[in-house]
Amino acid sequence: MSGALAPAPAASAHAHRTPVRHSVPWQRIADTMLPWLVPVVLIAVWQIAATEGWISRRTLPSPWSIVTAGAALAQSGELEQHVLTSCRRAFLGFSIGGGAGLALGLLNGLSRPAEKLLDTTLQMLRNIPHLAIIPMVILWFGIEESAKVFLVAVGVFFPVYLNTFHGVRLVDGGLIEMGRVYKLGRLALFQRVIMPGAMPSILLGIRYGLGIMWLTLIVAETISASSGIGYMTMNAREFLQTDVVLLGVLIYALLGKAADAAARALERVLLSWHPNFSVKQRGG
Amino acid sequence: MFFSRTVTNADNGPDAWLASQPQPLPPMQPIGSAVDVCGVTKRFGDRLVLDGVDLHIEPGSFVSIVGRSGGGKSTLLRLIGGLDQPSLGTVRLDGAERSGLAPQMTMMFQDARLLPWQRVLGNVSVTRNKHWRRDAVAALAEVGLADRAGEWPSVLSGGQRQRVALARALVSRPHLLLLDEPLGALDALTRREMQRLIERLWQEQRFTAVLVTHDVAEAVALSDRVIVLRDGRIASDHAISIPRPHGRTAGKTAELEAEILEELLL
Repeated sequence: MSGALAPAPAASAHAHRTPVRHSVPWQRIADTMLPWLVPVVLIAVWQIAATEGWISRRTLPSPWSIVTAGAALAQSGELEQHVLTSCRRAFLGFSIGGGAGLALGLLNGLSRPAEKLLDTTLQMLRNIPHLAIIPMVILWFGIEESAKVFLVAVGVFFPVYLNTFHGVRLVDGGLIEMGRVYKLGRLALFQRVIMPGAMPSILLGIRYGLGIMWLTLIVAETISASSGIGYMTMNAREFLQTDVVLLGVLIYALLGKAADAAARALERVLLSWHPNFSVKQRGG
Repeated sequence: MFFSRTVTNADNGPDAWLASQPQPLPPMQPIGSAVDVCGVTKRFGDRLVLDGVDLHIEPGSFVSIVGRSGGGKSTLLRLIGGLDQPSLGTVRLDGAERSGLAPQMTMMFQDARLLPWQRVLGNVSVTRNKHWRRDAVAALAEVGLADRAGEWPSVLSGGQRQRVALARALVSRPHLLLLDEPLGALDALTRREMQRLIERLWQEQRFTAVLVTHDVAEAVALSDRVIVLRDGRIASDHAISIPRPHGRTAGKTAELEAEILEELLL
């Protein structure tokens, strides 16, 4: 229930950090810089190892050469083209799969007959790894755009569906009864009780879905594509451009991180009532 | 809804903190519903929970139902409110037989059941009727929480949450208020405070109140009448004619409490 939510761990972290505010500024700077120390050192070591020739350029090009490769590709407009293509596929596939997952999750969560009719089928399909159907998808769609979009949609569908369904089912029965007593109509009950109650779970499904979205896209573009980041890296492999391959990996990482940050931002906005997500943490 | 009010002298004494709240309500016309429970039997599967209960509740009165756990108290309350239907018999409100939820009825539960994603104000006017903001502010003032309207429920204490739930129950000016052990989870001091608040608002608004409780002292303190339910039947029915507040005539109250407790222990 409302009160049973555990106090956010961040609340204690906040209390712990409070004295810092009153102390010397360099301590605060150190506090924010510390997490970046290890990556910076690693990259520095990597750069030195590459320029000193300890590692072969073919195995692992230096960080700087990845930057220059990226700059060259960006200048030719090639990079932008590939990134946009990949993002379009990701977005389309996510919208279709996530939309269907949300709709079916709500339907089966709200209606027992619909659940009886559909849930067993969906649970069976869920157990097929969606990447296993790639040969099938290539037979159906060739290596067109629709193949990639379809695969992403299938991959995203299940986490969104499952979490939406469980979110709706786990809405506190006491709150639903309260809604009944206060004579909320079906729409009001859905809008004010069920949907917000299921929202934490739905957003969790969306975050899972976003992870699967990139994973699926990487595999799909690597196997069969004539554009996109996956194609760019596979193409680079043929010409032994290890720096471009690494650049592709880096871009995937950045895009994944960006998608996750967007999902977190969505959580902070939609779950601002939730003690674990509120931006302004309260103690005790 | 009637939130137009004149400023009257607030009563002093233990409720002084409440009286300090803005705009005390003027006394109202009795608006309580009459409840008639006729030969009501309720079974859940093979289990007989209520066995031919007959009960008439006067409009505007405060009736408590006490009894052991599993004695059918809450079931009876739910039947009166129309949340469940009797297996046999009828429940009438103001003489009209009905199935389904009672009109002009609101309910308080053991837990406050506030929507955690609505601020206090939104929780009070959960139905979003016309003028819901103004009404919710007024109802919050009645329970002494006017300054917490913008808070999330998660930052309130247990007693404050139940006060918000009380404001939510009263904002629509119900004719029948059902209380299903609403104070059971509160500490002793908060409990006394809430009892006084409920009594005061009931006296002002004259709705019919039906309270289910384990606590015989609470039942005696608040009610005009205490009904003892045992094994699905009404075992006894005590009218309380002591002038209010019942706590002031300690001797008589204690006597009655002891009598009812004795009955429950039979």
